Amino acid sequence: MHPIRKKRLTIVLFLVVGVSVAVALTTYALRQNINLFYDPSQIAAGEAPVDVRIRAGGMVEEDSVIRDPESLMVEFKVTDFSSSVLVEYTGILPDLFAEGQGVVAMGRLNGQGRFVADQVLAKHDENYMPPEVNEALEKAANKRASESGGQLETSAGY
Amino acid sequence: MYPELGQMTLILALLLAVLLSVVPLYGSVTGREQLQAFARPLTAGLFVFVALAFALLTHAFLTDDFSVAYVANNSNSLLPWYYKFSAVWGGHEGSLVLWILMLAGWALAVAIFSRRLPSVMVAQVLSVMGMVTVGFLLFTVLTSNPFDRILPNVPQDGADLNPLLQDFGLIIHPPMLYMGYVGFSVAFAFAIAALINGRLDAAWARWSRPWTTAAWAFLSLGIALGSWWAYYELGWGGWWFWDPVENASLLPWLSGTALMHSLAVTEKRGVFKSWTVLLAIVTFALSLLGTFLVRSGVLTSVHSFASDPERGTFLLALLAITIVSSLTLYAFRAPVVHARASYAGLSREVFLLMNNVLLVASTLLVLLGTLYPLVLDYLDMGRLSIGEPFFNLTFSPLAVAAGLLLGAGIFSRWKKTDGGWLGRKLLWPLAVSTLFTALVMVGYGEFKPWAFAGTFSASWVVIATFWDLWEKSSSRKGRLHGLKRQTRSYYGMVLGHLGMAIVMAGATIASNYGIERDVRMSPGDTAQVGDYQARFTEIGNRRGPNFTAEYGRFEVLDSDGQLVSVQYPEKRQYLVQRSVMTEAGIDAGLFRDIFIAVGERVSDDAWAIRLQYKPLVRWLWLGSIFMAVGGFLAISDRRYRLRDKVPESAGKAAAEGGGQAPGKPAGATS
Repeated sequence: MHPIRKKRLTIVLFLVVGVSVAVALTTYALRQNINLFYDPSQIAAGEAPVDVRIRAGGMVEEDSVIRDPESLMVEFKVTDFSSSVLVEYTGILPDLFAEGQGVVAMGRLNGQGRFVADQVLAKHDENYMPPEVNEALEKAANKRASESGGQLETSAGY
Repeated sequence: MYPELGQMTLILALLLAVLLSVVPLYGSVTGREQLQAFARPLTAGLFVFVALAFALLTHAFLTDDFSVAYVANNSNSLLPWYYKFSAVWGGHEGSLVLWILMLAGWALAVAIFSRRLPSVMVAQVLSVMGMVTVGFLLFTVLTSNPFDRILPNVPQDGADLNPLLQDFGLIIHPPMLYMGYVGFSVAFAFAIAALINGRLDAAWARWSRPWTTAAWAFLSLGIALGSWWAYYELGWGGWWFWDPVENASLLPWLSGTALMHSLAVTEKRGVFKSWTVLLAIVTFALSLLGTFLVRSGVLTSVHSFASDPERGTFLLALLAITIVSSLTLYAFRAPVVHARASYAGLSREVFLLMNNVLLVASTLLVLLGTLYPLVLDYLDMGRLSIGEPFFNLTFSPLAVAAGLLLGAGIFSRWKKTDGGWLGRKLLWPLAVSTLFTALVMVGYGEFKPWAFAGTFSASWVVIATFWDLWEKSSSRKGRLHGLKRQTRSYYGMVLGHLGMAIVMAGATIASNYGIERDVRMSPGDTAQVGDYQARFTEIGNRRGPNFTAEYGRFEVLDSDGQLVSVQYPEKRQYLVQRSVMTEAGIDAGLFRDIFIAVGERVSDDAWAIRLQYKPLVRWLWLGSIFMAVGGFLAISDRRYRLRDKVPESAGKAAAEGGGQAPGKPAGATS
């Protein structure tokens, strides 16, 4: 074979092998690390997988925050005003965490329907609402509205 | 009055930009020199008007003109003057004006420092930059006018600057970052100009190099500042979150790094031309993509102010036009150029090719991880996020491999490198870095595979770099003479590579051996963090200019119980936006940081406290400074200021340049 063609062939082969390895590794890594979002209604309906790292979000229910007196463990309910899910977290909550505010929690659902969070994210400022939370609230509100036969409510009461 | 004047100047700047993008280009195509000569004055005029607009906006901020909507939304009379100044780019509209100011500034710099360039080239480069400016000025004038008034109901006071942004880091982080983003427009403009007139030669690469390096150096600083700011201001001690907004700035950095290296090959050896041009286009496109992601409201974060769909559409259209038109041009023109120089399977060219493969692969990875959730969401296929583990898992091996390759590549020669010779050369660096890494593992008391890989790779780069410097600087007239003989661009490269190694070491050690503890503490309590102890002595209140704060007093003690420092982390309540901010107390050191942050009050007398021991975390930013300094040093090399002769053959350029590439005869060193 012509030396230049041979060189080109080597380069092409090298690239093909490299790209396939990269794609395989990436797909594998992606599969391990995709965190799907579930809203409280979906979790209550049992749609969320147990013991898989997922994200859950909604509003922190009023008067639902309970602190453990000895440690940094805290419990609260996250709601989309249709259903709510009990979240357990140990650590420091973000500055803007408060009852009646939107949050997104990262963690796993245990067998008892409790969501054990390893990370809690709250909004950055007054005007910000996590888009997932916004959507979940709207969905729940729409569902309630259509169930009661009433008018469609586009944004939940916040 | 002044705000209306500001709007007028923006519109005038737009008109000048339109002229700039048409007249010189037309002149260059038709060969009319008098039209080409318009490029420089038009650029100067453009800069003056944009600068004026920026000055008028700044004036509105400093004089608390709350009749201007943008000022009212982003400032407050209580704000200290320096934050009023930085608030100019604290929001969407103003940051666009800053972007355009930088763009005009870069264009002006090209106009000034391009006296040795053929006038056709200057005309085309400045025209292309003019086109980019037209796009962004149109965007500002049509969708995001910073001078819009709220009349007649002028608010009493402003809504204040987001407290997160009231920080020294914000004063300098965006300008640096934008300098980088926008700076790549110069490399882009050079690439487009070269494609238009088919002049993809060593001279073109030599002209592009300093500009690309400058943009890269600014971007490195900008990213580092962002990371530093996140570390002490919002990160609770984290320094990189693989947040889409951070990724948006990392993408052009990665491809820009690839571009710098491939430009070196194009200049020295005349190969990889088409690839280099493509990289220049891609790098600028990624800068635009970053701007789009951050500014369009697609992502919600502290950086995205606007979620006006019109703006997003406009930016997306701008991005699409840039990419489609430049790639079309590329498709038609790039195959024209052919490389004549040849190189062997083991040579500096191949090492740099592999460097490019790794950098482009990591760019693609980050791009995938960033865009995948957005695309799925857009297609309504579910909401998901891709976690940090994905990036850590895929990015780390590439970074380690890049380091290993770099250490070996430093010794390689252009055209052909003897494998056996290279192998023998690498034996000592291999032995020394293995030993050193083992010592580091023993020092930190625990073996971790990734820590070993990262540390090894970093020390490998450092040792190879110094080894090479040592060999190159040997001279019969003494070491000092030998060191003096090396060019600035060589030292620039040395610093850049050392910087990368320092960052790598910092990232590896900080993430593998850092300690993080969330504890419940009351005044009087002591908690252990690593070899140190933190004693919480008291809690108090203080008042700042526009906030009230609750602070804790902490004594940091070392293992012998000696007082190291006293920290006052605090929790601030900003008065206007009613938001809470955490200010960490950090005992900073070259080898470790002790980081203390006060969390929420968990009972009457107890607080949640985060204590962190962060080894080598400063190295992340120190290394970035090394990289940036290296970049600026390389630009100052006199060979970029030499009068350019008739396009020389690539081989001759390699022999004469020396510089960044140790392309000197092998006999000189060994």
